[in-house]
Amino acid sequence: MNRLVLRGGEVVGPLGVRRADVLVDDGRVIEVGPALEVANAVEIDCAGSYVGPAFVDLHAHLREPGGRGAETVHSGARAGVVGGYGALVAMPNTEPALDSVPLVRDVLERGRSSVLDVAVCAAITVGRAGERLAPLADLASIGVHLFSDDGTGVANPLVMRRALEYARPLGVRLAQHCEDAALCEGGVMNEGEWSLRLGLGGRPAAAEEMMVARDLELVRLTGGRLHFLHLSTLRSLELVEAARAEGLDVTFEVTPHHLTLDESACAEYDPDFKVHPPLRPRQDVEGLRRWAREGRLDAVATDHAPHTPEAKDRPFDEAPAGLLGLEHAASLVHEALGENNPVELFRLLSRGPARIAGLDRRGAFGLSAHGGDVAPGEDANLVVFEPTATWVVDRTRLQSRATNTPYHGRSLVGRVRHTLVRGQLRVREGDLR
Amino acid sequence: MSLSESPSGTAPSRHSVLGSDDVARALRRMAHEIVERNHGSGDLVVVGVQRGGAPIATRLAAHLGEILAQPIEHVDLDVSFYRDDIGASPLRDAAPTTLSSDVSGRVVVLVDDVLFTGRTVRAALNALLTFGRPSAVHLAVLVDRGHRELPLRADYVGKNLPTSREERVVATLDGVWIERLP
Amino acid sequence: MRPIRGGHLLSLDGVSRDQVLDVLDTAESFVEVNRRTIRKVPALTGRVVASLFFEESTRTRLSFETAAKRLSADVISLAVASSSVKKGESLRDTISTVEALGLDAVVLRHRSSGAAEQVARFVPHVHVINAGDGQHQHPTQGLLDAFTVRQVLAERHGTSGPESGAELFAGLRVVIVGDIRHSRVARSDIAVYLALGATVRVVGPGTLVPAEVAQWGVEVSDDLDEALEWAQIVGLLRLQVERGGGEFVPSLGEFSTHWGLSVERLGALSPDTLVMHPGPMNRGVEIAHAVADSPQSLVTRQVANGVPVRMAVLYLTVAGGEDR
Repeated sequence: MNRLVLRGGEVVGPLGVRRADVLVDDGRVIEVGPALEVANAVEIDCAGSYVGPAFVDLHAHLREPGGRGAETVHSGARAGVVGGYGALVAMPNTEPALDSVPLVRDVLERGRSSVLDVAVCAAITVGRAGERLAPLADLASIGVHLFSDDGTGVANPLVMRRALEYARPLGVRLAQHCEDAALCEGGVMNEGEWSLRLGLGGRPAAAEEMMVARDLELVRLTGGRLHFLHLSTLRSLELVEAARAEGLDVTFEVTPHHLTLDESACAEYDPDFKVHPPLRPRQDVEGLRRWAREGRLDAVATDHAPHTPEAKDRPFDEAPAGLLGLEHAASLVHEALGENNPVELFRLLSRGPARIAGLDRRGAFGLSAHGGDVAPGEDANLVVFEPTATWVVDRTRLQSRATNTPYHGRSLVGRVRHTLVRGQLRVREGDLR
Repeated sequence: MSLSESPSGTAPSRHSVLGSDDVARALRRMAHEIVERNHGSGDLVVVGVQRGGAPIATRLAAHLGEILAQPIEHVDLDVSFYRDDIGASPLRDAAPTTLSSDVSGRVVVLVDDVLFTGRTVRAALNALLTFGRPSAVHLAVLVDRGHRELPLRADYVGKNLPTSREERVVATLDGVWIERLP
Repeated sequence: MRPIRGGHLLSLDGVSRDQVLDVLDTAESFVEVNRRTIRKVPALTGRVVASLFFEESTRTRLSFETAAKRLSADVISLAVASSSVKKGESLRDTISTVEALGLDAVVLRHRSSGAAEQVARFVPHVHVINAGDGQHQHPTQGLLDAFTVRQVLAERHGTSGPESGAELFAGLRVVIVGDIRHSRVARSDIAVYLALGATVRVVGPGTLVPAEVAQWGVEVSDDLDEALEWAQIVGLLRLQVERGGGEFVPSLGEFSTHWGLSVERLGALSPDTLVMHPGPMNRGVEIAHAVADSPQSLVTRQVANGVPVRMAVLYLTVAGGEDR
């Protein structure tokens, strides 16, 4: 039976919160209102919880093809729904890279049989090598809306300029990993007093900021559209905000880890804290949180990056960068917002990213619409989040195939209770169904 | 302070067994016994076991020198690295070893403050034997309190003192005390 | 810092004066042991010490293995060339394999910073002694450098090391010259000298002396000759030759001219100033040939003191009590 009623929750719209029941049937929201009288529906308790649009992740590494030991589209999707997500954007730095129609189509097909909606961010250049443009027009024609060489940025300014120019009339958006590779050479954590003390190579903040500045100039030059991935310093945010005030079409995301962990977490050389861009000084973390509270962020994206235990059981400098995000992102954003701010929570995790990813309307490969208002007629992609629940992260109980979370053992406040994707109850009281 | 507080926070009760004059007399008597027993052997070396035995050995060597009218060599030996309880109990801080010459063919008088289980003397013998092969090793202690755990006995004893295992014996040039934790 | 007695020795970052003195004073006892005809004590009889050198360093490995043997420990030495590490085995698996042999202590040298810290997490019941990890720390080198300085100064003042405690370090003027950025010895030396109350100044090319060094409580100087005039102790560091190929300094020759301890600079030093180098030396780069062999150089004493200081570290960590 697909007829469900979400009872007694606080429905979070784009502007405010009201207590209401939500009736869902046949994949859609049918009715929203107080004390709905409904027969023949599964009753889902939502008391003391927010009911809002399911989360949308702009930045998930699902490792297919080529990295099934760490994650698959299906396991990543399961991790996603447990974390309250209804849609994920799969990143293209796979082996081989997602730079062609067949490869992208394969991931989209796998996504179609998973527990949520999977979109693909395809590569900007062939093999993510930063030299020749990937078939952006072909890819756009099968519904790809985002393009990135994530993992690295497009280093050559001429290639980046051409990509911005070529993408503009296609109506798609490029997304850049901003870190100047030459300045980051040998770097494994933020450059500063900590990296010096620990004897670890540094990745300076300037490596990120100068690439942000360069790309803003290229957007100004080309009139292109650009999304900045995982910005991690306050200066980067300021640069983007100032450019947008001048009318540039740029958006940006920050990650839950850059909102909650600072560089001192690397002091024990645990590779689960190694990530690019690196964890930054406390002033940046506090700055990012302040911006979150002031409503100045566009979106939070996880940069969910699974790695096998054997890859992480290496010395810090040799281990791969990246950490898990999907299953605890919402709790961390809730913590970072500091006060109960459900409208902002759902804007950062659902409405903002859905718009950036073009997932706010239905698309090819059965993709439904996300980040809506929780109103009759909408696709029933919904999450029920209990803001006062506390839980402890346990890496042995994750849906992800990987275990590389830096939050193992950490007590978090706020937890996803139920997740509905296209009207299907995928998670009930925290358990995958 | 209430009675329920930890005993370690309370001073142990202490009761005097020998005064400094008694200790001095005992050491002079021991020196005479050593001379008597080693008459003519000549080549004596007094080895104090760090830390408690060292000051007693100093005094004993001085008495021997007076009696024999010639200086008697006196050195100290630290036995920390030879103990049989290493790793099982907290480490004791190592003290200097001044013994540096070959003791082969000489008569060693090993001196300690208190003879108890015999384990320190065992450690001292092992340490001593790395410095050569003495013609004889004699043991002199200011107090023998019993409770031996190894087949050892002292050759010269200042005072035989019956004790219980729970008691602690302090033996210095200033006197001998029994301490009991309340 | 975590306790050394009964624990690990991973880093000297945050070491206390008393912890340093504990090692130095214990090492004095082992200097005496090393003068005996039989230079061996049974302190670690029946204990097993593994020396795992993932990065070859014959002198440090021999120094540690000699120390362990003089404490009567059994020594297992993992030959790196034949190790499975090169076949892609993870650090954790390598350590677990060795641990299964029944170990009390691991002496670890590794090219990666933090490897010792990680190994201590993998095998918490084994005492881990860092014999140099990447560009992070080389704690026994720092301790033996401090031990050597105290030994020499105590001789000059007619006292002994244990008697003088940390007194001779109060206000002692130490200059460390060269590649601070990449040097694990510099990090350990700075920590130990500061813990003992010395004043430390660092000098070197701008690429090798990051500005953040000032946050360690040391002075940063741009004038080598002025610093040398000021110094009572000059600590030189090995310049990795590959760093002189234009990346960090234009050439070894330029480094040598501007930051090397030449015979002329030695001549300008006060005759009481002592010169140290952790070895192996690049003669003609950071230290002139004649300077290395001058009476002011403590290089051979540093090497000789390696064994007693490492005996002290092994003894205190492995034998230092059961409550860990």
